[in-house]
Amino acid sequence: MAKPSDTTAHRRSRLGPLLVSPSLVLLAAVIGYPVVAALVTSFRADPSLKDGFFTTGGEFSGVSNYLHWLVQSCGGTSCPAGTLGDQFWTSVLVTLFFTVVTVSLEVLIGLLMAVVMNQAFAGRGLLRAVVLVPWAIPTAVTAKLWFFMFAYDGIINRALGAHILWTDGAWSSRVAVIIADVWKTTPFVALLLLADMSGIPGGLYEAARIDGASAFQSFLRITLPLVRPALLVAVVFRVLDVLRIYDLPAILTQGGGGDGHATTTLSILTVRQIQQGYGGASALSTLTFVLIFGVALALVRAFRVNLVQSEQHGMS
Amino acid sequence: MSTRRTLSAASAALVLAAAGCATPDSGLDAAGRHLDGRGPITYVQASDTAGVATKQVIETWNRRHPDQRVTLRQFSDVDELHDNLVHHFKAEDADYDVLGADVVTIAEYAAHRWLQPFKGAYTLDTSALLEQTVKTARYQGTLYAAPFMTDAGLLYYRKDLVPRPPRTWQELLGHCKIARERGMGCYAGQFAKYEGLTVNVAEAVAAAGGSFVKADGTTPSADTPAARKGLSLLVDAYRSGDIPKEAITYQEEESREAFEAGKLLFLRNWSYVYPLASSDGGSVVKGKFGVAMLPGVSGPGRTALGGQDNAVNVYSEHKATARDFLIYLQSPGVQRELLIKQGQSPVVKSLYHDKKLLDDPALGYLGALERSIATATERPVTPFYPAVTQAISQNAYAAIKGEKPVGKALEDIQAAILAATSEQ
Repeated sequence: MAKPSDTTAHRRSRLGPLLVSPSLVLLAAVIGYPVVAALVTSFRADPSLKDGFFTTGGEFSGVSNYLHWLVQSCGGTSCPAGTLGDQFWTSVLVTLFFTVVTVSLEVLIGLLMAVVMNQAFAGRGLLRAVVLVPWAIPTAVTAKLWFFMFAYDGIINRALGAHILWTDGAWSSRVAVIIADVWKTTPFVALLLLADMSGIPGGLYEAARIDGASAFQSFLRITLPLVRPALLVAVVFRVLDVLRIYDLPAILTQGGGGDGHATTTLSILTVRQIQQGYGGASALSTLTFVLIFGVALALVRAFRVNLVQSEQHGMS
Repeated sequence: MSTRRTLSAASAALVLAAAGCATPDSGLDAAGRHLDGRGPITYVQASDTAGVATKQVIETWNRRHPDQRVTLRQFSDVDELHDNLVHHFKAEDADYDVLGADVVTIAEYAAHRWLQPFKGAYTLDTSALLEQTVKTARYQGTLYAAPFMTDAGLLYYRKDLVPRPPRTWQELLGHCKIARERGMGCYAGQFAKYEGLTVNVAEAVAAAGGSFVKADGTTPSADTPAARKGLSLLVDAYRSGDIPKEAITYQEEESREAFEAGKLLFLRNWSYVYPLASSDGGSVVKGKFGVAMLPGVSGPGRTALGGQDNAVNVYSEHKATARDFLIYLQSPGVQRELLIKQGQSPVVKSLYHDKKLLDDPALGYLGALERSIATATERPVTPFYPAVTQAISQNAYAAIKGEKPVGKALEDIQAAILAATSEQ
């Protein structure tokens, strides 16, 4: 005969999974189902035309949807210019390019802004509030605002005295997207950094000053290492955000510029493909998911290694 | 453990796959059901094509048919409407009874058997309507929709500077020196890389006697001498500066604003520009412009038809009410009201010969509109319109900017349409 305490422990060990199960079921329904459904759809053929009418489609088509994107196979031949398949690799590169450039700029300018906002001066509260404004504006509105500013008769051309067709050239349209994105999201990075920066005790700087460190040295040796955790969080967040960026380029340049898709990101390409067939779109979104997941994993891993190294370095 | 997990994931996938399969020919079966069904119906359309008058017209219907009320549901633009409709059709949903669809989407919906065909006992009389607009509602010889509103590209010209509108491209380009002397742009349409560019290029190609897609809706005909000539009209004019360089960023609104600001001698745009340019506070061309047919090569050109057709969802349960509502919407009285109150171009022939309407100064474009519609070319009619417009707009855009030779651009359009229509 079991002791009462044993039964309680036994009951408890069964109660745990039971209590968790509703949330597991919920997660499976909300996250698991769409992912699996997209995966299944990505292996199915899109409807094709027979005697003027579409077949229902949906038959198993192996990896042809993936080959369509990865090796540009359009019905046996290589995808010609003007098909979405032809744009896959350029949009991968464009997306990665946006990610590297905007995140670098945002971190640099964000650091600078955080340092400025961390100083004690009159009107600091006002400055901190004002800096938040770009972040508070919805992205669609931001994109439209910059669209008007980058117009041919817009304020930017007037201010520069230039006649640049911003949304038209390959590089000018990319620059336009980068400027708008940096303008919008740098405050987010700056405020994340500021939170950590304002927690650094003033005594550390004082000690450094007494030891004869210059302002730049104390920034490098004290500020930077101490805001590092916040910096890494900001970088991971921003990288994942930019890898799936859709709204800003979609509204600002419609993914256009250059030969017509200089600012087409993977998400824009996916949305366009949805109109032409779900099978191909599912394959594309799965590929996008894999890319983002891979980058996220690599980032987390790289930063953890660095963290350990710096701790060891500090101990030695 | 891990194999079991894989197995259970695989079986879950199978269950999902089975659930995702629609029964074949379900649209075909549904076309025979609920033909006499009556009751309240829902009408969906994109709101950029509907004004206050549309709502008034529906209210009038609702007063007369309290047991068959119409609920209007609007979407912010045609793309959003398209994607929403596809979701509902795939779910074989009866929620939407009547849908107002952009004319270029009819072929796609019809080819999926999502639209109730008008044949047999379920017919629709279109004899009072403009023949060209009825063509936009047909697919494979069967009528799938009821024309509701139409539109044509028109040539707006500065009659204070050019007394007689040009009939051909050559005449038009001959007038460009007037524009150069005054520091204006000569000609602009919509040349940004979007669906509007497809329309402009299709019109230029039609002016030269060519087309992009053959009548079967799938065989490309882009790589022809006529298409080369047509596309070259735009490419050459852009290179020479007769089309100003900022026009490569123009959609409808930007080009209208440029014309109203007096920056353009000629503008290709839809009929909605006429009342705006005559009344807008910022318009410097009030009373100084006229409207004519688009220029062609050896005579007047051909416009692509815009507008909206109304169709009945094949899964609707109130198809008798839906058809009555379509007939009501295309009746001369309603069409006249929509024309006068919100400038919606009618599909009823007789209104274009109505003396009272023709004498109305606010409708000064009506004559040119009717002549344009009579010789209109269709936008490429194909169930693969999204892919076809993508192929045309992207390659034509590169050609106009001089980044791709005309011949190569048309070869690529030909190949891209072929790839899109024959894929899988």
